[in-house]
Amino acid sequence: MAELQTIRLHVNGQAHTCSVPPRLHLVDMLRDELGLKGSHLGCEHGVCGACTVEVEGLADFPDARALQDSFVKHNALQCGFCTPGMLLAARELIQHKPDATREEVREWMSGNYCRCTGYHAIVDAVCEVLAQRHQESAA
Amino acid sequence: MKSPEFDYIKVRSVEHALSLLASHGDETRVLAGGQSLLPALNMRLSEPSLLIDIGGIDALRGIQVTQNALRIGALTTHTDIENSALVAQHTPLLKLAVGHIAHRAIRNSGTWGGSIANADPAAEWPCCLLALDGTVIAQGPQGERRMAAADFFTGLYTTDLRDDEILLACDIPLAQRDDWFAFQELARRHGDYAIAGLAMHLHFAGPVVQSARLSWLGLNSTTLRSRQTEALLVGKPLDAVTLELVAASLREELDPIADLTNTGATKKHLATVLARRLLTQANATRQSVAT
Repeated sequence: MAELQTIRLHVNGQAHTCSVPPRLHLVDMLRDELGLKGSHLGCEHGVCGACTVEVEGLADFPDARALQDSFVKHNALQCGFCTPGMLLAARELIQHKPDATREEVREWMSGNYCRCTGYHAIVDAVCEVLAQRHQESAA
Repeated sequence: MKSPEFDYIKVRSVEHALSLLASHGDETRVLAGGQSLLPALNMRLSEPSLLIDIGGIDALRGIQVTQNALRIGALTTHTDIENSALVAQHTPLLKLAVGHIAHRAIRNSGTWGGSIANADPAAEWPCCLLALDGTVIAQGPQGERRMAAADFFTGLYTTDLRDDEILLACDIPLAQRDDWFAFQELARRHGDYAIAGLAMHLHFAGPVVQSARLSWLGLNSTTLRSRQTEALLVGKPLDAVTLELVAASLREELDPIADLTNTGATKKHLATVLARRLLTQANATRQSVAT
């Protein structure tokens, strides 16, 4: 039995102290210990991107809100399993590459798998938010 | 799947890491960005009893220009390299290659030193380090040791790094005028393991190649150079005749191993495709420099 480690973490503004086995993944900790089921666990070896944390904390940010609205508008989700990871990846994109082309959006989002939509709707949704933000900053 | 149980120690100094390596021997694995090690644990390909997390040793992070080299610290992430102006200026090959490494989330965590020490035959950084004739710097109980990239990668996931050593950084010679670099790989989907990849470093005298390094990934159990073909390129312009000679030489020199979906013959053919593409590109660039 591995020795438990005491960790302190802040999740969405709340402090927590927990004793955990070293092999416990952050996403399992969030889901099973803290009851935050928004982050999903897919492949468990870094291929599908579903486990990107932490979507519950996003709703207060305008850029994340805009992405969520755009995903709904464009039907960029069906079962929704990949959506938390998609939103977090997309948010990093609009923060770091506000001038991304459609091709760059596709490349950036390529680490997140979706088995429902065929991706076009997701790329449409992200591109629309990029275009909106350009219009806003021009106005 | 979940990984087997292991103990975990986060060290704050190289000395602490070295003492743990000395006392625990081969039951340990060094954890940096974890983008190869943690999947390997989850798939139960590796069962160390102790992970030594070196992620908190800030001295191992960062990119700087030393006297005549670019020094990349072991904990520098792929994204750090992607975003670095120093890399773009002094080692442009790395800039060309970095987009081929997996996907953004993985590039945000995965490290330069982890990739070099892991020596995956399909990984980009070992192949680039070999093409750039870089040097690996490691520290062990006896002090620091420098190893040329040409001697470092010895086999499948195997390097000259000893069990009691930690990789500190790599030194890469600064790009010179009349150097030319290119990187390309062929994969079924972008970000997948490449079927074949080529890092090329040419040095020109006018339109003529003065020196050449062709470094391959994905072909054999380790990254490797095609030295016979490199020698053939020296003193030649990159015209149609040379391209045919290069393709013939590669067919003779390379001996790729089949993977799950591609035969050795397919890989050999794809290697000649990559070489033709990059040399054609090099020639076009040199022609535009000349005119």
